[in-house]
Parts: sequence; structure tokens; C-alpha cells
Amino acid sequence: MGFFFQELVNGLTVGALYSLVALGFSMVYGVLKLLNFAHGDLYMVGAFVGYFVIQWFGGPQALSIPVPLLLVIMFVAAALLTGGMGVAIERFAYRPLRNAPRIAPLITAIGISFFLENAALLLFGGQFRIYNTPDFISFSSGFRIGSVSIDSVQIMVIVLGIALMVGLRQLVVRTKLGKQMRAVAADREAAEMLGINVNLTIAATFFLGSALAGVAGVMAGLLFNQVTNTIGFLAGLKAFTAAVVGGIGSIPGAMLGGLLIGVAESFITGYVSSTYTNLLVFALLIAVMLVRPSGLLGQVRLQKV
Amino acid sequence: MSLDSPPPAAGPQVGADEWVARQEHRREYLPSWLGTVQQAGERLGWWPKLVLAGLAGLALPLIGLGGFQLQVGIDSLVVALLAVGLNIVVGWAGILDLGYVAFMGIGAYGFALLSSAQIGSAGIHLWAVVSIPIVMIVAAIMGLVVGWPSRRLLGDYLAIVTLFFGEAFVEFTNNVAPGTFGGPNGIPGLDPLRAFGISLTSNESYYYLLVIVLVVTMAVLRLLETSRTGRAWQAVREDPLAAASMTIPVNRVKLMAFAFGAMVAALAGAIYAAQQISVFPGDFDTPFLIVVYAGLILGGAGSIAGAATGALVVMVILDGVLRSPTYSGYIFYGVILLTLVAKLRPWRRLGMVLAATIALGFAAHAIAGAISATAVAGGPQSTGMIATALRDWVIVPANPQTPGKFGFVLLVCLLIGLVQIQGRWRTILLVPAIYLASFVWETILVAQPSVTRQLMIGAILIVMINARPQGLLGKRRVEVPV
Repeated sequence: MGFFFQELVNGLTVGALYSLVALGFSMVYGVLKLLNFAHGDLYMVGAFVGYFVIQWFGGPQALSIPVPLLLVIMFVAAALLTGGMGVAIERFAYRPLRNAPRIAPLITAIGISFFLENAALLLFGGQFRIYNTPDFISFSSGFRIGSVSIDSVQIMVIVLGIALMVGLRQLVVRTKLGKQMRAVAADREAAEMLGINVNLTIAATFFLGSALAGVAGVMAGLLFNQVTNTIGFLAGLKAFTAAVVGGIGSIPGAMLGGLLIGVAESFITGYVSSTYTNLLVFALLIAVMLVRPSGLLGQVRLQKV
Repeated sequence: MSLDSPPPAAGPQVGADEWVARQEHRREYLPSWLGTVQQAGERLGWWPKLVLAGLAGLALPLIGLGGFQLQVGIDSLVVALLAVGLNIVVGWAGILDLGYVAFMGIGAYGFALLSSAQIGSAGIHLWAVVSIPIVMIVAAIMGLVVGWPSRRLLGDYLAIVTLFFGEAFVEFTNNVAPGTFGGPNGIPGLDPLRAFGISLTSNESYYYLLVIVLVVTMAVLRLLETSRTGRAWQAVREDPLAAASMTIPVNRVKLMAFAFGAMVAALAGAIYAAQQISVFPGDFDTPFLIVVYAGLILGGAGSIAGAATGALVVMVILDGVLRSPTYSGYIFYGVILLTLVAKLRPWRRLGMVLAATIALGFAAHAIAGAISATAVAGGPQSTGMIATALRDWVIVPANPQTPGKFGFVLLVCLLIGLVQIQGRWRTILLVPAIYLASFVWETILVAQPSVTRQLMIGAILIVMINARPQGLLGKRRVEVPV
């Protein structure tokens, strides 16, 4: 039974991470109806930012500032940079195509993803960069319940992940910006006629979504301890799956989907074999799409003429 | 790099697309004899042009291609075949198929299993005329199976499912049943393509075969384009709802496009496998898919000739020319110059930009050299004429890696800025942008052709869709505002 709960904890941690990436992806899909394939690569950029912040402050063995401050700087720097990149990508590559056929921005998004991945290869090289998390956050500093151990990085990822998700939910439901986002998602033209600054709203959505991906990237660096230029692709793919399973465009759906994928992955790795993880996650996606094509929490949209 | 927005064309923009203009003889031709050639080309019809292009392709080895050039030619032809098949799905039916190379992989692996010692004690050694149709049909069925779960859904879902399918294919061949699929080591020792006692073993024979296969496929697809099914695909692409109300079975038509694309991909895969004599899972991964997309988008999605030409251009330039530091320099600076000539008007402004760029370079080089000798000690990494011309113009430090990387980031920011601003400032910013591009090229890009190749492919996708969505040869579609 201990093994079961251990896998559950590991799955929830990874799931919280996927949820964050899926959230940004789902938000962007909500306002633009665009699958932002570059989203996973912003996660990769966030992970690299975290790595360079650690190096900047003296490396994992000889940090010149206290660890909590370092973590805050890592998260803020990654969020700001990836958020800014998200806004730039939207402005540069997606905005000119807003009225183009639907397939055009999708192809641009693939191009951006490929460009970012290889720009990172050019700038940072192809080798793995190691965070060395255990050097500054001790793994034994967590707590144990019976035979299940939860280390402090996992606690941080789960707590921060849930806090961000709840915060985002509140932002979308309660604030004026959130209301604008929902209006743009529902009908962009009508929103524009009512005096909503659509461009600003979309830019803000991209900033928030991309910043979440950056934060998730830093978390991934701390959790998995290594970064390279290709980590974005698979993470992006998992996030797409999470968003689709939960119901694309729905915020609680993205959270649920991410946690579900994370836990499923963890159990498959633990009880079956790590070889088949991705194949079985794919099978899960197909199964959900066959039974509930609009996802678990998605709403069925009627097609308007 | 769209530098200036195109001048508004005379006459109504809305509703008068290429097809209407041609039907009503309202199309304008290029001035002078170029227009005459253009008109003659249009009068020629499609099949003589295709035959001429095919004959030119067949004649190309006669001028004496070396082993490397021939291999580049073969790879380019395989990608052209793939692009022509992808055009069915993306260009005509308007579905984003991101698992397309997996169907090529199915073709390659299917052929490998049917013509090697992999299955059973003696293996299966079928004739190519038997095994290739089998793998094509298997791939088409797989296409239906992959498309089926998302049959009720929008194209977006299909894109995700296909992307995952592509990944799953690589995972599958890497991990499942290593005895049969060979795991990461793939399947070695395939039979050559053979039938009726003839077997193709030399690279020349594969080159000729691929030219013929490509021409025949293009002819078949051209007939398909104007057939009932082809018109149904294009109707579904333009408006699925309108197509459905015209009694076109939208889902069936989409799945058919999927299956047809998969068949062409499988054909390309089988020939590719036979020429390589082996198959590996890594050959059918996402980077290869992006190459095929770049070719299709560059040439123009929706046009058969465009797809083939775009793929050939992308492959010949990026796989062949880019490997040589001399020729890649010609292409790089040539494309910059051509873009400037095409986009900068009037001529006076073009002259000013070029003069300012040249002056900036010499001034910067002189100043940097005066401050520190090591700042200019590197010298351009291009070779040949370009290196001689640029020696005193572009700054290349003795240790160019780090400055080159910063230059790259700055260049990307500068290019994004260039697109955002208008008017005089854009012209002024253009000068440092060109210089910086040359700096980045000489410091890091030219030394790493494989990374440069990938970056260029990404850039092609982004820039072409934004600047010229119809590609080089595609037809412009005018959107009627709703």
C-alpha cells in the first residue's frame, strides 16, 4: 500500500506541473482558438532561466543568497522572461494571422517551436545542464507518513502549483481582466464592439499563460534536476493531452487533466513499465476523445453559422 | 522579412482572386518579354510542363554529379514525394497532419519486414511490385484508424492526435518487440527494390526511379485534384458547413484525404528504405516532419508543382549547399540582397541603405580594431570570395562564440522590432540589422550548418506564412470579409 501512495504523491507532483503548462495552453486556446505549439518551448526556456539564476548566484554549492530568496528570484525571472517572450511571439507571429485560415497560425506555431528549440541548441549547446537541487534543498527535509516520503521540493511544487491555479481561477472569475478574457473567448467581435481592448486582453492572456509555463519549467528543473533544449516538446505534448482530456478552454478542466495525466503516468511507470508510459497516455487520450469528445469538463459547443 | 507592405493593387481586392481574374482575362502579366514568356507558359498546359521538368530531372546526372550530390538529389526527391502527398492533406483538405512521417515510417518498416531476414527463419523476400502496394494499403488503413477517433471533431483535435501518433510510432518501433522491429538499431540488410529479375542497386538507378515515380505521382494527383473527390476536398477546406449542406460527406472526405496522403507517404518510405538498405526509428521523428512542412509551405500549400519545387529547394539548399561554407555564404548574402531589392522602394532608398551598411561596417571594424586587436582577430568564417570581401568589414573577435550568441539574441529582437515599426525608423534600423545578421553569420552560424539548417527551416515556416501565405507558386486566396 505504501508503494501505491508513494506513486500517487509522485504522480500528483508531476501532475501539478503538467496542469500549470496545460493551463496556459488552455487559456490561449480559449481566447484565440489556437493550439500554441510553442508553449512547451517556453517551459524549456523557463527551466534554462532557473539554471542560469542558480549559476549567477554562485552555483548550487556556494550560493551567495539564502535559498528562499533564490527560489523567488528564479520563479520571478522565469515568469517575466517567458511571459515577455509569449507576448512578443503573439505580436510578431500570431496577430498578423488572426483573420487568416485556421491552419496558418498553427503552422507558424510549429515554426516558432522548432525555432526556439534550435535557438536554445545554438545558445546553450545540446548537453544536459544539471540543477544539483539536492545541494541546496535537502531531500530529507520533507516529511514521512508511514513508508511514504514527500520531500520539500515536491511539497513546494504541489503547494505553489495549487496556489497559482486557484489564483488564476480567481483572476478569471473575479477581476475585470478576467471578465474581458472571457468576453474575448466567447465572441471577439462582440467584445470589441463593447469597447474591450481585444489586443491588450490577448496580450495579457499570452503573458499569464507563458509565465505559468516558465514557472513550471523552473519547477521541472528543481524536480527532475536536469535541463536540455528538447524537454519542451514532450512536456508540451503532455500539456496538450491534459488540456484536451480536461476539456480544452476550461481552467478546472486543465487542472484536472494535468493531475490525471500525471497520476496515470506515475502508476503506469510504477506498475507496468516506463517503456509504455507515452503509448498508454496516448491510449488514454484516444479513449477520452471517443467517450467525451469535448473533454471531461468541457462544454459541448454548438456550431454557429 | 516583410519590409514594406505591398502597394494596394488596382481594382477590387475582395472577391477577385486568381481564378476569377484568369477566367475573366483580367490578369496582369509582367512587363515586356517576361510577360510573353509567362503567357506562353500558361498556354502550355500542365502535362507538357511536367514532362519537361521530368526530362530535365532525368538529364541532370549526365552533367556528372558526384556521389554526394547524387545522395542529396535522392533525399530531395524523397522529400518532394512526401511534400506532394502532404499537400493532399494540408493543402487540399486543410487538415493539419502532424503524424505524416509516421506513415512514411510504416511504409519503410513494412517494406523492411517484407524484404529482409527479419521475420521467420529465412525471412520474407517479396518482389517490390508486390510489397510496395501492400505497404501502401496498410498505411492507408492506418490513416483511417488514426483519423477515425477524431472524426467528429475539429481539425485541432486531429492535429493533436496525429502529433501523438507520430510520437507513438517512434516509441513503438524503439521499444516494442525488438526481435521484429529491431529496437533503436532498426532493421539492417534490406533487399534492393527488385521485380521480374531486375534489381536496383546503384544510387543512379534510385535517382532515375524517384524522378519517374515523382512525375507519375504528380500527374495522378493533378487528375485527382480536378476530380469529384479533389473538388470535394477543397470545398471542405474552404467551409465544412457549406460543403456539408451541399451533401458532401465531410468526415468521409477528410478521412479519404488522410488515407491518400498516407499512401503516398508509404510509397516514399518504401523507396527510401530500399535505397538506405536499412531503417531506423529516428529517421521518422518530428524534425523530419518539419522539413517536409517547410518545403510545402515555401512552395505553396495547395499547389502540386509548388509542393514539389518547395521541397526540392529546401532540401538542395539546406542539405546540400549549406554544408559548404563557401556556397552557403553566397546563398545567405544573396537572399538578403534579393529581399532588399524586391522589397525596398524607391531605388534611392535601397542605395542609401546599402551605402550606409557598407560604411557602418568599415567604420565599426576600424574603431573596434583601434580599441583592441583581438576584437577583430578572428576573421570571417566563410571561405572564398566572400571572406576576402568581408575581411575588413565585419568584426569577428578571436573567440567568436560568446559574442556571436549575444549577437544572435540581439538580432532576433531587432528583427521583431523591425516588423513592428514603420516608416523612416524602419529604414534606419535596417542598416544595423543587416550588419548584425552578417556578424552572427560569420561568428557562429556558418560554423554550425546543422543547427543553422534547423533555424532556417523554422524561420521559413514563420516568415512565409506571414509574408506570403500562398507560397512561391501557390494561388493567392482572397478572403471575403464576413
